[in-house]
Amino acid sequence: MPSLGADMEKGTLVEWRVRPGDRVARGDIVALVETEKGLVEIEIFDSGVVESIAAEPGTTLPVGAVLAIIRSDGEPAIPPAAPAPAPPSPPATAIPHARVSTTEGVVRKPPTAPARVSPLARRIAEQLHVDIATVEGTGANGAITKADVERAAARRGVQPAAPAAAEAPAPDRAAVMRKVIAASMARSKREIPHYYLGTEIDMGRALGWLTDQNARRPVTERLLPAVLLLRAVALAVREVPEMNGFWIDGQFQPGAGVHVGVAISLRQGGLIAPAIHDVDKKNVDQVMRELLDLVKRTRAGVLRSSEVSDATITVTNLGDQGVETVFGVIYPPQVALVGFGRVAERPWAAEGSLAVRPVITASLSADHRASDGHRGARFLAAVDRMLQEPAKL
Amino acid sequence: MTRDEIRQAVVRALRDVAPELQPEKIDPAADLRDTLDLDSVDFMNFVVGLHAALGVDVPESDYPKLASLDACVAYLAAKRGEQ
Repeated sequence: MPSLGADMEKGTLVEWRVRPGDRVARGDIVALVETEKGLVEIEIFDSGVVESIAAEPGTTLPVGAVLAIIRSDGEPAIPPAAPAPAPPSPPATAIPHARVSTTEGVVRKPPTAPARVSPLARRIAEQLHVDIATVEGTGANGAITKADVERAAARRGVQPAAPAAAEAPAPDRAAVMRKVIAASMARSKREIPHYYLGTEIDMGRALGWLTDQNARRPVTERLLPAVLLLRAVALAVREVPEMNGFWIDGQFQPGAGVHVGVAISLRQGGLIAPAIHDVDKKNVDQVMRELLDLVKRTRAGVLRSSEVSDATITVTNLGDQGVETVFGVIYPPQVALVGFGRVAERPWAAEGSLAVRPVITASLSADHRASDGHRGARFLAAVDRMLQEPAKL
Repeated sequence: MTRDEIRQAVVRALRDVAPELQPEKIDPAADLRDTLDLDSVDFMNFVVGLHAALGVDVPESDYPKLASLDACVAYLAAKRGEQ
């Protein structure tokens, strides 16, 4: 059971997407796990062959427990009767690490047929209290779709529109997420000595470039200002790498890449900040496509494990809500959070003259253990500089 | 395509960006972004969805004309009529 963030203690295996004998490549989705932050598609971290499956769907397991055994390429096959590997030298790699935790005491449900269920269908089934095992799938290969669940609910007399079910979707889910946020934010304020910096940035050039681009682009390729902000942050991080990474065990650990967490508030309550990977290495078009896709999948309630766990810095954009300035709380163990408010026209004095410009307030909340205000100031200055040359973003 | 079918396509596109949405609860005259709490990324996904479903490429300058469900239907019906 992979750890999808410092605050995760356990997860419930929902379904397998692979079977013993299947070949998997790094990044493939192998399982669906229910966590406190919702459904997460677990990506495999290694390439090889699925040797055996160690956990049944429905089982709740602590972080570190073995879900399956993957035989890496080049590793000899282990005898079929081999038990779960034990440290220190497991014959094969366990998911996600070879740290084997006891699973004693875990109640195992009888194995169920691994029906294919679309994540949305699963969510709706939960909301309508429909037992997914009783639903007949009409999708590809008998997969259960949203329509199948709604039909099953209708047959049973529960309309999808039943206000009690749909308007308050699984109150315990919202409550659980609230708890996770509470624990994480309390830890942040308890442990992280935040310092805060803010600066106003002239967005005239960036927005002018964007409007010009968008007028010439088909709807599928249009850009949002948020993408320029994400790129500017990622490139500024290259200049001031102390903003990108984690504070763990009393020291700063730089991030392995620039994976920007995007704070997305959920309409049913709560907040999640999944990552877009390697934002510093992708162009605006690619980041835009990934942002659209990420938000859509977040709304549908299914994210991938690497998105949930990999963020090295977080950006929160509350401009849509009309606020001017964000005073952010860092998501531990990260060391910085960049906030953007709304773009508003302001009087702007530059080079001895006064003009009206679209202006945004960028703020930085940073961990004083990992960096000092001087470096933080350099970082925000770099964000500003990047936004003055939008074509290079 | 009738106006009713256009309306259904708009609602489908909305549900795509707001899966928790209850179509029958939408006030057809109310501001979509406000009442459904759509952010700029959701709205972009909505416009992309409309394009996929109806083949109408709404220019950025026309986004204000998609303010409500009724406005969307009127605008898209007119645009499709032009094509």
